[in-house]
Amino acid sequence: MGLMDYGKAWEWQKKTVSSVMNGGPATLLLCEHPPVVTLGRMAKKENFLISPDQIRSQGIRIVAVDRGGDVTVHAPGQIISYPIFNLSDFGRDLRIFLDQLEHVAIDLLQDFGIVARSVEDERGVWVGQEKIASIGIGVKKWVSFHGMAINGNTDLKYFTMIKPCGLDRPMTSLKKLLGKEIDRDQIKQRLIQKYALNFNLELL
Amino acid sequence: MLNRLILPELGEGITKATIAVWHAQPGEYVQESDSVVEVVTDKATFHVPAGVSGRIKEILVREGEEAPVGGALALIEPGVKP
Repeated sequence: MGLMDYGKAWEWQKKTVSSVMNGGPATLLLCEHPPVVTLGRMAKKENFLISPDQIRSQGIRIVAVDRGGDVTVHAPGQIISYPIFNLSDFGRDLRIFLDQLEHVAIDLLQDFGIVARSVEDERGVWVGQEKIASIGIGVKKWVSFHGMAINGNTDLKYFTMIKPCGLDRPMTSLKKLLGKEIDRDQIKQRLIQKYALNFNLELL
Repeated sequence: MLNRLILPELGEGITKATIAVWHAQPGEYVQESDSVVEVVTDKATFHVPAGVSGRIKEILVREGEEAPVGGALALIEPGVKP
């Protein structure tokens, strides 16, 4: 999928969650969103660096969502993955699932020659002191939704509107680290492989 | 007989979670599979199902407060909506 409206992706997620709850196969959606600010369940007002009205005046929507975490922003160039998986097939363990998502991103970045890591007590994937991938999920009847956002060619200016996840540390991207635009289809293809590998999934 | 709505096991090493949103209030009737409350731990939101159909008698842990795994979050009086 290419650029997909956040609301449309949310409708897709809801439909797919109910299909997976009824025994449907694990499904992964990869897409990018037009600029949108989303508020997780733990969002705090002080993590807005400019007012919500200023954000809206740039044509950027602000949406409250039922994922864990604080405020974040999505924008083109950021590769979003929505894994709709039945965690009953993966040991019903939120921590293991979040660890696995981080591994997916770490493995992906390794393919591009980037050494990334996870950090204790702070979810997401990091390169040095900078964050490259953010994670926030929801789980209903042990089916996962929401997911992970990896900065590919993301214009990092969007992260100056808010404090992503309430953290003071800067964000980075594949483009910034490698000094060039990365082919988004290449990122997506490899991302699918990494999901398949880490979750032992058969590709259909 | 009142039924205790328990915070279930969420994963190894997870001992507690924070109440994010109650989807039902005291006096309201819920179905067994309804998501009654969302709890947050780590970077995950987890929907806790009612487990039994009935009327919410009392909410024991308010939004923003923490609850231990295995702890009671609410009391539900089993029954059907009259």
